[in-house]
Amino acid sequence: MTIAPKQPFVFSQRHLLGIEGLTREDITGLLDLSEEFVELNRQVEKKRASLRGRTQINLFFEVSTRTQASFELAGKRLGADVMNMSASSSSMRKGETLMDTAITLNAMHPDIIVVRHHASGAVELLARKVDCSVINAGDGAHEHPTQALLDALTIRRNKGGLEGLTVAICGDILHSRVARSNIILLNCMGARVRVVAPSTLLPPGIERFGVEVARDMRAGLAGADVVMMLRLQRERMNGSYVPSVSEYFQYYGLDEKKLSFAKPDALVMHPGPMNRGVEIDSIVADGPRSVIREQVEMGVAVRMAVLEALSRNLPNA
Amino acid sequence: MLDRRPILLANARVVDPSRDLDIMGDVLLADGVVRGAKTGIGAAGVPEGTEVIDCRGKLVAPGLIDMRAFIGEPGATSRETLATASQAAAAGGVTTIVCQPDTTPAIDDAATVDYVLRRARDTAIVHVHPMAAITKGLEGKEMTEIGLLKAAGAVAFTDGDKSVTNAQVIRRALTYARDFDALIVHHTEDPDLVGEGVMNEGEFGTRLGLMGVPKAAETVMLERDIRLVALTGGRYHAASVTCMESLEVLRRAKDAGLDVTASASINHLTLNENDIGPYRTFLKLVPPLRAEDDRKALVQALADGLIDVVMSDHNPQDVETKRLPFAEAAPGAIGLETMLIAGLRLVHGGSIDLKTLLRAMSTRPAELLGLPGGTLRAGAPADLIVVDLERPWVVDPAELKSKCKNTPFDEARMTGRVVRTIVAGRTVYEIV
Repeated sequence: MTIAPKQPFVFSQRHLLGIEGLTREDITGLLDLSEEFVELNRQVEKKRASLRGRTQINLFFEVSTRTQASFELAGKRLGADVMNMSASSSSMRKGETLMDTAITLNAMHPDIIVVRHHASGAVELLARKVDCSVINAGDGAHEHPTQALLDALTIRRNKGGLEGLTVAICGDILHSRVARSNIILLNCMGARVRVVAPSTLLPPGIERFGVEVARDMRAGLAGADVVMMLRLQRERMNGSYVPSVSEYFQYYGLDEKKLSFAKPDALVMHPGPMNRGVEIDSIVADGPRSVIREQVEMGVAVRMAVLEALSRNLPNA
Repeated sequence: MLDRRPILLANARVVDPSRDLDIMGDVLLADGVVRGAKTGIGAAGVPEGTEVIDCRGKLVAPGLIDMRAFIGEPGATSRETLATASQAAAAGGVTTIVCQPDTTPAIDDAATVDYVLRRARDTAIVHVHPMAAITKGLEGKEMTEIGLLKAAGAVAFTDGDKSVTNAQVIRRALTYARDFDALIVHHTEDPDLVGEGVMNEGEFGTRLGLMGVPKAAETVMLERDIRLVALTGGRYHAASVTCMESLEVLRRAKDAGLDVTASASINHLTLNENDIGPYRTFLKLVPPLRAEDDRKALVQALADGLIDVVMSDHNPQDVETKRLPFAEAAPGAIGLETMLIAGLRLVHGGSIDLKTLLRAMSTRPAELLGLPGGTLRAGAPADLIVVDLERPWVVDPAELKSKCKNTPFDEARMTGRVVRTIVAGRTVYEIV
């Protein structure tokens, strides 16, 4: 009797522009593939050759340290030639438009372009003008799909699955692409999602996203398996959306007292970079329930999985 | 002048909203004016040398008067000139363009009004009348020379798509304009409430990660203006209303007997926020497209006469300013050429009748601006259109006459097409 070999995962997309539009199978497939890379990344020999000969361009119109580093490492570990372009050095500063940049880069025959941009929809716009695969590394307040995937991987590894969990996403939902991607992914995978924020930081119509909405942390965190904190940008702290840092921390900052409303084994997560003492207390951020550092580790593995999955769909793969 | 010989438009469906007329009949034009529009003029009763055109049941109606079109001359002729705008207008059945003062320089003094009128006379194939600014440099601070501007030919006063936020300034303008019987046309959007918003505020905007413009940005400003109209007794026209809440405000103002009228753009009557789809920047408009409920309410208000005027809000934009991420793209859509045809969708769909649509695009603007068109009465200017109401076609941006191709109706299937446009008794546009 022969055992049929496991079918290799085939991703349904040519690009990864968002979590919206992915199937449950896509998400599960990417997470399963990521697990292999978690193991690989913990070994001395971390190199694979699956992207050998491929060119990956990281095009970052918005400054980012960790996401860009994570994508760079992911590409290199898979054997790709990785080139980094960021806003400070690129011709964007000389007035070249996004579209011209896209057309120029496309002429260099890259296989995968990873894009971060401050405007919602910019990555999709660019994807329409190039022949290669495009990965959204965050566009405006729209989506940040690899963040949602790495969050899901972190939760799954700690909780054994996503189905039936209660996940509280807290803070600046209004401006957050991380929140949007997470809401879509977690809903798709059968988790219960709550958003917790002052009303000025809740986007209009959010209740129609299949989430519960809470305006205070006690109600929002009650019975939560996962507490996901979001970064509050400095320019939104002082009187524009919330009156002050101290008032925000008082009502929405995650400290030990507020965390006690959640389940005793609740995970604490943050996409980083953290504002300690604004949305999260150091004691909690560095505490036993925090998986914030693990999220960073999972980030590399997830990005390797995404690169690998997309490269299988490239022509001549 | 050979091409000024009399014309008989025979066997037409003649619709004249100014007389509540919808009959099968003939229209006779001579010496640049309408001589008669009725049943049974016939080829026998016309002067010698008359060109007889058998319309075979097609629609003949007064030429359209588009009350809100941005042209770009002077200052932005790469986007549109009076010449190209007039060709687009003729192809769309618009025989009178009312251009907006937000040019460079702004139309805020008599010399610029004069310049625009001369340029139009020399280069345009349809009538052009400018609106002038309410405030100098459109800065919202100091009133313009309303009397002199009106004498020079400005048909109304507006700061284009800018709102005058200072209530004292708009109060004074309404008060002063009253002495000259001048119409104040105001864009009602509170810029602070608009903030970083780039589309309608709501679920769909949230899904796209785009900041929203609340409907209150419009309604708050409109409510304020209505109070000031009540205070001053001025003549006021809301430049572009888009939502149900504004319609309520409008209804109350009209019920109270105030001299208040309003326009809606063809875009807001025929499209909604969902048409933006995957960040289509040609549908980024100011004010933004609203929800379907609002669109339906606008159509109903048009049918009821609460909305007086339908305008194109024609706003040509270069590819360079549109091929950008949605939040960074310039707002605006062209519309002179498609206004009537897009409006026919509402007629074919049974939402409004043809006469109501034509009234809002011709008779009412003429009345509000004191222009002679918008009617087929004997003696009226011979500005007319012939429309094949059933002719199907697909909008091909490359074929549009406008310099810019930012139409929200690209590739749209349309039923009905303007086949002839006559201005001052001369055919300026014709397709076979």
